[in-house]
Amino acid sequence: MPPTPATAEALAVPSPAAARRRARGWWRRLAAVGDSTPATVGVAVILFWLAMAALAPVVAPYAPNATDLAALAHTTPSKAHWLGTDHLGRDLLSRILWGARPVLVIAPLAVLGATALGCLLGLAAGYKGGWIDLVVTRACDIVLSFPVIILYMIILTHFGSSAWNIVGVLTLTKAPIIARIVRGLTLDLREREYVTAAKMRGESALYIMFVEILPNARGPLIVDMCLRTGYNIIIIGVLGFLGIGLPPPDPDWGGMVKDTYGMMMVWPHMALVPCAAISSLVVGFNLLAVGLREIGLRD
Amino acid sequence: MARFAAKHCAFLLLTLSVVSFLVFALNEFSPGAVARKELGAYATQEQVELLTRQLGLDRPLLVRYADYVGKVARGDLGYSARFKAPVTGVIWKHLRNTGLLAALAFACIVPFSMLLGIAAGMRESSRLDRAILIFSTVMASIPEFALGVFLASVFVVWLGWLPGTATLVAGGGWSVGAQLVLPVAVVVLFDSGYVISMIRASMVEVMQRPYIRTAVLKGLPFRAVILRHAVRNAMITPITVILLQINYLVAGVVVVETVFAYPGFGRMMLEAALFKDIALVEAGALVAVSLAVVTNILGDAAYMLLDPRIRA
Repeated sequence: MPPTPATAEALAVPSPAAARRRARGWWRRLAAVGDSTPATVGVAVILFWLAMAALAPVVAPYAPNATDLAALAHTTPSKAHWLGTDHLGRDLLSRILWGARPVLVIAPLAVLGATALGCLLGLAAGYKGGWIDLVVTRACDIVLSFPVIILYMIILTHFGSSAWNIVGVLTLTKAPIIARIVRGLTLDLREREYVTAAKMRGESALYIMFVEILPNARGPLIVDMCLRTGYNIIIIGVLGFLGIGLPPPDPDWGGMVKDTYGMMMVWPHMALVPCAAISSLVVGFNLLAVGLREIGLRD
Repeated sequence: MARFAAKHCAFLLLTLSVVSFLVFALNEFSPGAVARKELGAYATQEQVELLTRQLGLDRPLLVRYADYVGKVARGDLGYSARFKAPVTGVIWKHLRNTGLLAALAFACIVPFSMLLGIAAGMRESSRLDRAILIFSTVMASIPEFALGVFLASVFVVWLGWLPGTATLVAGGGWSVGAQLVLPVAVVVLFDSGYVISMIRASMVEVMQRPYIRTAVLKGLPFRAVILRHAVRNAMITPITVILLQINYLVAGVVVVETVFAYPGFGRMMLEAALFKDIALVEAGALVAVSLAVVTNILGDAAYMLLDPRIRA
C-alpha cells in the first residue's frame, strides 16, 4: 500500500480528495480480484447468471410456462428448442433463464438477513458479555445442533412453502453461525486502543459496536457471505428437489430436477440441464470465496 | 473430566427439551389438529370435538406437553400414521439403513480426504495444492441431487454398469452391494470436499511452525517430517470436523436417499413431514437432535484427548 500524503486537506472530513482516495481503494481491491484466477472465474460466472436473470424476459425464446405440444414427440435439443423441452413440452432454455431469478433474489436476501441478525446478536453478545452473551451463545448452539434439513422439512411443511418463508428459515438457521463468528471477532476487537479511545470520548455502546467494531470485522464476514450465498443456493435447490421449495408451475431449478429425474433412463437431458445450471452458479460463488481468501492472505 | 461430562449432559438435556417443546408446540398448538388428522377431512365438527375430548387434547398445551414427556421417558413414542406401525420400530428400521450408508461413506471419507488434504497442505500454493483445492471446491459446490444425477447419467444411463435405485432389496439383476455404490459415492464426493479443505488449512498452518523447520534443517527426510511431525499435529483440529460429519451423514443424507429411493432415516422424516405424521415427526426430531448433540460431545472429547494443552 503506497503511503498517502497526510495533508490538511485529507484531514478535513468531507473532502472530495478523501472520497476519491476511498474510491481508489475500492478500485484497487476490485483490481486485486483480477489477480486471482479463481476469483476472476467466479465473478465471471456470477455476472453471467446475473445478466441472464435480469435479461430473461428479453433473451428467453419462450414464455417459461408455455407448452409446445408438437415438441413432445422430440423433447431432445433441436433448432426450435436449443436445450430441448421438459416432459410437458416447456422450453428448457427459457425455464433455466427464468429459474435463475428466484434463486438470485432469495439466496442473497437470506444472506443479508442472516448477516444483519447475526451481526446484531454477535456484537451484543461479544461486547456486552454477561447474561446476554450466555443466552445468545446457548440459543445459537441449540439451533446449530439441529440438523438443518430436518428443521426445514418440519417448518416448511407446517407453514407452507413460499419465497418469504424460505428467506425466513434460511435467515433464522444461518444467523447463529454468523453470530458466532462476529462474537469471536468482537471479543478480540473490543480490547483495541481505538475502542478505548471511543469509550473515553463518551461514545454510546451502539456507536462503538457499529462504527468502531463492525467495520473492522468485515474481512472474514465478506468471505463468509460469499460461501453462505453458495450454500443458500444449494439449499434452495435441495428444497425444490425434495418438493418443499418454491411452488410450481413457475420454474425453479431444484423443482425441475424433481419433476424429471425419474425419467432419466429415457430423457436424461431434462434433469441434467437444471443440475448443470445450479452447479455452475454455486461453483461461481465458492470460487470467488476461495479467491477472496487468497487475496486477503497476500495483503 | 466429571465437569466436562456434567456440562455436556446438561446441554444435551436443555437442547432436547427446547427442541421437543418447539416441535410439539408447532404441531399440536391448535387443539383440533391431531383429531382432525386422525379422522380425515370428511369428519364432522362434532366428531372432531368428541375425539379431542376423549384423547384429552382440549387440555392446556403445557399439560399435554408434560404428558408427552412422561410417555417419551417411558419409551412410548406413539403410533406412526404413515407407516401403520409403532414409531420406535419404524425409526429403528430406517435408522439402521441410514447407519449402513453412513458407515460405508464415513469409511471412505476419512482416508480419502486425509490423503488429499495432507498432500495439498504439505506444500502450500504448489501445483498439486491448487489442483486439489479447485477439486474440493467444485465437489463441495455441486448439490448432492445434481451429483447424483450426473453420476447416474454416466454409470446408469450411459454405461449401464450400476442400478439407478438402491431399495436394499436385491432384484432386477442387481445385488445390494451394487445398489450401494452410487449413493455412497455421492455422499463421499460431496462431503469430502469440505473435509479436505479443513485438513488442508490445518496442514498449511502446521507446516509454518518452527518445529517443522527444525526437523527439516536437522536433515530428516521430507517423508519423515510429514508423517512423524506434521500429520499428527495437523489432525487435531479436523478430527472435530470429521466427527461432526457423522451428524451430517445421519440426518443430511435425505437428498441422496431421495435420489436413489433408499429407505433411510432422512427420507422417512421427509415422508412423515409431508404426510403430517405428527408422532413420527416429533420422535424423529428428538432422535436426530440427540445424535447431533452426542457427536458434538464426542468431537469435544476427542479434541481434549488429542491436545493435552486444553485438557486442564
